[in-house]
Amino acid sequence: MYETHYHRASSVDDAAALFAKGTDAKFLAGGQTLLPVMKQRLAAPSDVIDLGKIKDLIGVEASGDTLTIKAATTHYDVAQSDAVRKAIPALAHLASMIGDPAVRHRGTIGGSLANNDPAADYPAAVLALGATVKTTKRSIAADDFFKGLFATALEDGEIITAVSFPVPAKAGYAKFPNPASRFALTGVFVAKTKAGDVRATATGASQSGVMRVPAIEQALKANWSAGALGGVTISANGLLADIHGSAEYRANLVKVMGQRAVTAAG
Amino acid sequence: MSTVKLTVNGRAVAVDVEDRTLLVQLLRENLNLTGTHVGCDTSQCGACVVHVDGRAVKSCTMLAGQAEGCNVTTIEGLAKGDELHPMQAAFRDNHGLQCGYCTPGMIMSAVDIVHRHGGNLDEETVRHELEGNICRCTGYHNIVKAVLDAASRMKVAQAAE
Repeated sequence: MYETHYHRASSVDDAAALFAKGTDAKFLAGGQTLLPVMKQRLAAPSDVIDLGKIKDLIGVEASGDTLTIKAATTHYDVAQSDAVRKAIPALAHLASMIGDPAVRHRGTIGGSLANNDPAADYPAAVLALGATVKTTKRSIAADDFFKGLFATALEDGEIITAVSFPVPAKAGYAKFPNPASRFALTGVFVAKTKAGDVRATATGASQSGVMRVPAIEQALKANWSAGALGGVTISANGLLADIHGSAEYRANLVKVMGQRAVTAAG
Repeated sequence: MSTVKLTVNGRAVAVDVEDRTLLVQLLRENLNLTGTHVGCDTSQCGACVVHVDGRAVKSCTMLAGQAEGCNVTTIEGLAKGDELHPMQAAFRDNHGLQCGYCTPGMIMSAVDIVHRHGGNLDEETVRHELEGNICRCTGYHNIVKAVLDAASRMKVAQAAE
């Protein structure tokens, strides 16, 4: 790791001020991606601003039809939260499958979203559930947040403070994990809103990161069942191909994980 | 350079380190606690697992500065004097190690698993929860046996207290 300056922010305002002072500063949440990248010398921030101990950024709140998870809440705490399990059990299940236990004890929802790894789990849930990403500057609809590989709508110095999820009528997530990294080789999140709208997303599959899957959405709108996806064909165009699987293999995984996600949703 | 103050195995310490220092480097190089190992250095193998405020974490994926004010337990902090922790004893009794390189991380992860699941441990849970710890010798079979054995010993010990 190259030399850097570490700062522990006491508040979100303090973090923003520390960020502005650095020449090439980065925010650090759980560090489960940023630190490995820095160790590989693929990132060399002048300053690292630690958000992990800001109390206002930790916790879960349920109110009416909205579940709000603050940005520095760890995957473990989301998976264990009674409020999350009650409101959106699929989200607790998703959090319980990220990485391994030690990673879940440190990694955070805000960090995962700000990084927007094309194989990360949370983006699939945020996009499928039509969540809102709250930041220090504004509220960003999930549809406007994800901008391709490792790219988001966040501006320099903008900090995610929380994510608000509308509680769906039904939701399910199924992932085929890479056996070594536990990242999604392909993961599919399906959700039916209380108004009856259906959204389905896939992570790990597309060359441009998390994506909606219109073919699955249309089939489920007509008939919410795993069987309804039997005749669906997913195009391999634009899907990732690497040593772990071809684009055609991933296209088939999108369909199979979609079926499993619907079964899990009930 | 910054001074990081934390508690390691019950002892308060203050250590001057470069800001880029990882927790595992502070433990091994500044405190000479070399029981915690570095295997892959890419957050995958789990040889560096320690407990920070009671939770298993990969100490190669945490800056020393992030541990400021925290309570850290390493493999050296488990035994009570000459009496091995039940997890350590179970690894010995069940032949849960061969070369021993992964063992400190395995044991710290395993203790964390038992703390979180209590008496509800079964083989499938143990295998699933050890995903973040890699062993190239044992084939995991005796490690899983050791964790299940220790879980029942720890339950008995807790009931006796």
